[in-house]
Amino acid sequence: MQPTIRPFWPPLIAGIALGLALLLTFLLTGHGLGASGFFTRLTAWFGGEVAGPATHANSYLGPYLKGGAPLATWISWEILGVLIGGLIGALTSGRFKLRLDGATKLSGSGRLALALGGGVLTGFGARLARGCTSGIGLSGGAPLAVAAFLFLIGFFIAGVAVSVLLRRAWV
Amino acid sequence: MTLPLYDNGVASGLLSGLLFGYALENAGFASPRKLTAQFRFTDWSVFKVMFTAIIVAAIGLYAAMAFGWMPAKSVYVPTTFFWATLTGGALVGAGMAVGGYCPGTSTVAFATGRLDALFFMIGMVLGTGLFSGLFDSLKGFYLAGEGPQAQTLDGLLGIPTWAVLVILIVVAVLGFALGTRLERASGGALTAEQVNGDDKLEIVEHVEIVDIRAR
Repeated sequence: MQPTIRPFWPPLIAGIALGLALLLTFLLTGHGLGASGFFTRLTAWFGGEVAGPATHANSYLGPYLKGGAPLATWISWEILGVLIGGLIGALTSGRFKLRLDGATKLSGSGRLALALGGGVLTGFGARLARGCTSGIGLSGGAPLAVAAFLFLIGFFIAGVAVSVLLRRAWV
Repeated sequence: MTLPLYDNGVASGLLSGLLFGYALENAGFASPRKLTAQFRFTDWSVFKVMFTAIIVAAIGLYAAMAFGWMPAKSVYVPTTFFWATLTGGALVGAGMAVGGYCPGTSTVAFATGRLDALFFMIGMVLGTGLFSGLFDSLKGFYLAGEGPQAQTLDGLLGIPTWAVLVILIVVAVLGFALGTRLERASGGALTAEQVNGDDKLEIVEHVEIVDIRAR
């Protein structure tokens, strides 16, 4: 039998909860929440494993390997926490389900291709911007950084423009 | 006790992340349909939740400093590099429109059983590798248009912090009102039932989908 699917929190409540989590993070650590920083370190670690000399010599990823263990840092524990928090949220609300989500109008392989391609754009863009929606947008926004609002302007304009182009893939 | 604690240990990371992930999941941000609907203006949750969160945390930080619990300039504030910040933001926005997620939401989505989110994460590693490979030739662009160190909106506009907070609250109220109107015009924001219940996206039903498409 399917478990009952509980509704999402109203946006105002969810926003207050997210804001308090962000505030607590600032008070605990002196910085905000992040996500793309973990993937940078994951890339450095992976590069170090499969192409050690080239990754060590790389001017961007090389410094991450200097200490020897690029993943042994706060943000790895934070990302593990995000996975656990997301899992608890989904399991306690009937919203956990193994599935291929994504571009609704496409078949499985089309969805995976778009997910992969979107990930490439995001990975590249987050490095260029020195952070992502969490690291720059949210965590820069809380201390009112100009960079955060510039990032969010670019994020929304490009998101809307590309969505128009992809109307045949997404609902 | 002075704040912030500058505690970057395991427990601090796990706790911060757990609350972050739990809030994102309950906001509905594990669903790529809900996230991308913001860009079609049919679901304003991304704007509403993000703007509210920024304002709540901004007021909290402002109050902590105003009451003297926390010294000024004691938290990390990113510096603007005009072109890289704007273009990078645009690429992350484009990435969400194409793939359905951003880095944090793909992590939450994977935790809710969405296997496409795993592909998004693999893509991010590839994109990071691509950026790193091109970094030497991108450096000029990466460093162009550097703004003042850790510049904030109050500094840029030359107005007090509380005035910036008032402006943000006004923008949020207007955005909530406009967003709710546009959501109603398109049948309402996506519900948990809609993105979880009636979808035909379960991998076990995949054969069935192919059948329908073939007809």
